[in-house]
Amino acid sequence: MEAEIKNTSESCELSFDRPAGDTLLVRLKGSWTIEQKLPSDEEVGRQVEADPAIKQIAFDAGGLSGWDSGLLSFLTKIINQCSAKNISVNQEGLPEGIRKLVQLAFAVPERKGARKEALRESLLSRIGASSIAAGQSSLDTFNFIGEASVVFLKFLVGKAHYQRSDLILTIQQCGVQALPIVSLISVLVGLILAFVGAVQLMMFGAQIFVANLVGIAMVRVMGAVMVGIIMAGRTGAAFAAQIGTMQVNEEIDALQTLGISPMEFLVLPRMLALILMMPLLCVYADLMGVLGGLIVGVGMLDLNITQYLDQTRAALNLSSFFIGLFQAEVFGVLVALAGCLRGMQCGRSASSVGDAATSAVVTSIVCIILATALITVVTNVLGI
Amino acid sequence: MSESETNKEPHITVKDLTMAYGSFVVQHDLNFEVNRSDIFIIMGGSGCGKSTLMRHMVGLKSPAKGQVLYEDVNFWEAGPEQRDLIMKNIGILYQSGALWSSMTLAENIALPLAEYTDLTPGQIREIASLKLALVGLAGFEDYYPSEISGGMCKRAGLARALALDPDILFFDEPSAGLDPISASLLDDLILELRESLGSTIVVVTHELASIFAIGNNSVFLDANKKTMTATGDPKKLLEETKDPELRKFLTRGKG
Ligand SMILES: Nc1ncnc2c1ncn2[C@@H]1O[C@H](COP(=O)(O)OP(=O)(O)O)[C@@H](O)[C@H]1O
Ligand SMILES: [Mg+2]
Repeated sequence: MEAEIKNTSESCELSFDRPAGDTLLVRLKGSWTIEQKLPSDEEVGRQVEADPAIKQIAFDAGGLSGWDSGLLSFLTKIINQCSAKNISVNQEGLPEGIRKLVQLAFAVPERKGARKEALRESLLSRIGASSIAAGQSSLDTFNFIGEASVVFLKFLVGKAHYQRSDLILTIQQCGVQALPIVSLISVLVGLILAFVGAVQLMMFGAQIFVANLVGIAMVRVMGAVMVGIIMAGRTGAAFAAQIGTMQVNEEIDALQTLGISPMEFLVLPRMLALILMMPLLCVYADLMGVLGGLIVGVGMLDLNITQYLDQTRAALNLSSFFIGLFQAEVFGVLVALAGCLRGMQCGRSASSVGDAATSAVVTSIVCIILATALITVVTNVLGI
Repeated sequence: MSESETNKEPHITVKDLTMAYGSFVVQHDLNFEVNRSDIFIIMGGSGCGKSTLMRHMVGLKSPAKGQVLYEDVNFWEAGPEQRDLIMKNIGILYQSGALWSSMTLAENIALPLAEYTDLTPGQIREIASLKLALVGLAGFEDYYPSEISGGMCKRAGLARALALDPDILFFDEPSAGLDPISASLLDDLILELRESLGSTIVVVTHELASIFAIGNNSVFLDANKKTMTATGDPKKLLEETKDPELRKFLTRGKG
């Protein structure tokens, strides 16, 4: 019996021969590399199944001109098939190099229990698992907030360990270096508010009230909210990425084993920096917003500068100003906590650092909006 | 790459190579040849420029002066296609494994296969499993690099370096950070691979045990003189050298 399967590609061939009753001789010819379309091991399986007398498989690689993993993969599959069917494989006809590789591939048996089974879980157990995870994560969050408060108290009584240079560097990064972007955004927000207001107010000839609108809006809410959102994107994400990368490199573990609390050493300076800088940035944003309004007022509505500034000063009172500052302070704490929390929760891979940064920004922006709503309602009820 | 014959034809030639970061010269005037099927050791103390030399040889950093030749092709003067062809034929095990942390081991090995071959996803998966089996990691296909030990990461990195059946393999400190038994198993594995694949292997190391166990050719970089002071079989170098620095290095400062 002789069967020959020629492959479409000219340069690799598989054929069979029966030199003895119980032996199947597999002839390999040509170049067996992964660039070729290699024959499947099924061909051999079919030969074996066709004749139950076959008890041994041998190889003739006399015509083999080249090989790589393609042939190796083919051979390991044949060997696996044969050992399942109790057929012996005689490798003597194979080149020396590939015999060694086959040996190597079977040298370390698969460790039992290593392979991960793809579990199909029922809907109910998945719901259960995710609720447990959600519970655990909110517990973690509260834990973190608790620890942060303890560390802050420690700082107040002067017992916290952190590096002053680290604090000053962070202050520079989230203070001075944020000024350009805060200027740009605040001026533009001031401009936009003034434009939108002017269109309505001009109908009543009440252009001058653009100053009230811009002044109150910026100082009471928008200044703080815009700074909060800018800092969430700029600084919160940076905190999460920094601390997350330290987590990946086992730097946090190194701090802990030295007895240095990462909460004091990493989280505290970042929190302090934002607590110190946010109100200042907020005041700056308020001024820039008023400047934006002024540009529209003077350029488009023919108001003069003193008139506009007088009107603004008359419209504002100290309580609006302090409400704005208070909000900025709250946002600062929220952004710092969200950034550091997500960084500390980071896993050990590059993609989890990305996830940490994303989730820090999302968390802080959601918290900022919720806090704004809450503060607005409360001040309304209290009548301030 | 079917048959391995140990003839002395140069596979990689380094000529008058000077390496520098900006104006800081790391090593100057390097001249040596790596022959086909050699296990070539780049040795020297920490910080003498071993990794930097490897980066020059694999085309990650261009020389300040001099040439790196692959057979007769001057790598840094070849066209982009020729360079790609050379680089595809090189497998590299980086100092810290450099496995892509967001992919499983099987996906790490599958990436070069998917980029450079026309195999079907099923075949790629088979080859990835095969490569993992070759380095003794059968069954660990679906693990992420962060879930396995340092030694296993090194082995998985080796499996990835082997993905495209390269002619030349570069190993940067393969046994650093491994226990002596894992380190010697890795040395055995490197020898086996040379025997069976006939590849040319370049190993950066300062582990004396590995140097004598696997190397049949080498170059010694002297950190003080900032150039190479010897090249050849490390066992012969140990017998013959008169250079006190090299003698100190090869005998752990005892000779
Ligand atoms: N990216 C770099 N920029 C500047 N200098 C570098 C850089 N990488 C390494 N060096 C310097 O080059 C020298 C050699 O480094 P390297 O090749 O990593 O040494 P080795 O691998 O032998 O320990 C060292 O002095 C190191 O400070
Ligand atoms: Mg190095």
